[in-house]
Amino acid sequence: MTMPSRVPEPYGQGSGANLADILERVLDKGIVIAGDIRINLLDIELLTIKLRLIVASVDKAKEMGIDWWEDDPALSSRARRDELARENAELRERLARLEQLEPARAEEENP
Amino acid sequence: MTGLRYVYAVCHPFGTPLQSQLSGVAGDPPRLLHHHGLVAVVSHVPERDFAEGPLRSHLEDLDWLTATARAHQGVIDALTVVTTPLPLRLGTVFRDDSGVRVMIEEREESLRRTLERLHGRVEWGVKVYAEPEPADGAQGGAGSDDGVPAGKAVSGRDYLRQRRMRMRTNENMWERAEAFAGRLHETLAAFAEDSRLHAPQNATLSGASGRNVLNAAYLVPREESEEFVELVDRQKDDVPGMRVELTGPWAAYSFAGEE
Repeated sequence: MTMPSRVPEPYGQGSGANLADILERVLDKGIVIAGDIRINLLDIELLTIKLRLIVASVDKAKEMGIDWWEDDPALSSRARRDELARENAELRERLARLEQLEPARAEEENP
Repeated sequence: MTGLRYVYAVCHPFGTPLQSQLSGVAGDPPRLLHHHGLVAVVSHVPERDFAEGPLRSHLEDLDWLTATARAHQGVIDALTVVTTPLPLRLGTVFRDDSGVRVMIEEREESLRRTLERLHGRVEWGVKVYAEPEPADGAQGGAGSDDGVPAGKAVSGRDYLRQRRMRMRTNENMWERAEAFAGRLHETLAAFAEDSRLHAPQNATLSGASGRNVLNAAYLVPREESEEFVELVDRQKDDVPGMRVELTGPWAAYSFAGEE
C-alpha cells in the first residue's frame, strides 16, 4: 500500500501534544472491542479517575485540562469564594434597586 | 515473552516496516499478527499489570495512565505514517494470539467495512479558545463612556453600572466567539469528508488561557491535508480574542466507530 509523501508535518503532536487531546482519543474514541480481559472504561468512568486526580495531583489534572471541580462549591474553596462574591453582588444589586425606589416613594408620600 | 496480548489497532497488511525503536505499552515493541488478510497490531504485556484486577487499578493511577496512553498513541501514530490504522480503545487485551484471531474472525466484516471507509484518511483536530478581555479594560471603557471617571464605584448605582458594562462586554465576547467558531466549523466541515463535534475541553491548559468554545475533529483525505491546514491557517488570521489550535494528523479515532 503506498501513501502519498506530501503529508504535512504533525501539528501540536509529539512533545507539544496536549495530554487531554491524547486521553480524549485513546480513552473515549476508537473502536470498542470486548477483549478477554473485560474492563469497561465506562465502569471505571473517567469521573472516578478525575476524582482520584484531584486528590493525587491538582497541577497534573490541570495540565490535562481537567478542572471542573474548581466550579464545584463542594470541592473548591475558590468556587465557594465565587459563590460568596455572587451573593454579595446580588445583595448590592437589590440595595441599589431599593436606593432607586426610595426617592420615588419619598415623592409619592410628600407631593 | 508470554503473557497477554494488548491490541492497538487493526489494519490492512502494509509493506513499509514500522520505525524500529518503537516501544509499545509495557515496553514491548508492537508486533504484527496476520489473520484472514487483516493485521492486528499487538504487544505482549504481563499479566501482573494487564489482568483485570491490576488493569482496573492502574487505570486510576494517573502516571500509569499517562505513560500507557502516550505509548498507545505512539504506536497508532507510527502506524498512521505507513497505513490507515483502525485504532482500538485503550486497554483492549486478549489472553493469547488465538483470542485475537477469534476476534478478527468474529468482526471481520465490520472491520473491513470501516477500514474501507477510512482508507487513506486522517483526522485533524481543531479547537477554538476565546480569551475574555481583562476586567480593568472593560471598567475603564465603562467609565469613559458616560464621563464618569473609571475606578472605585462610589455608590451602588455606579458599581452596578460598571458591573453591567463588564457583563455586556463579556456577553458580546461570547457571542462573537460562538459566531466565529460556528463559521469556522461550517467552512472546515464543508471541506472535510466528515466531522465530529466533541465536548469542549473543560480546560485551562498550563500557560494557556481562554475558554474552549469549539472542539472538533475533521476527516480529511491524506492528500488533501495540506490544503486543509492552509484553510485553517487562513481562517484563523487576525481575529482578536480568538485562538485556533490545530492538532494532527491523527489516526481517524473520532470516526472509527460504527456508523
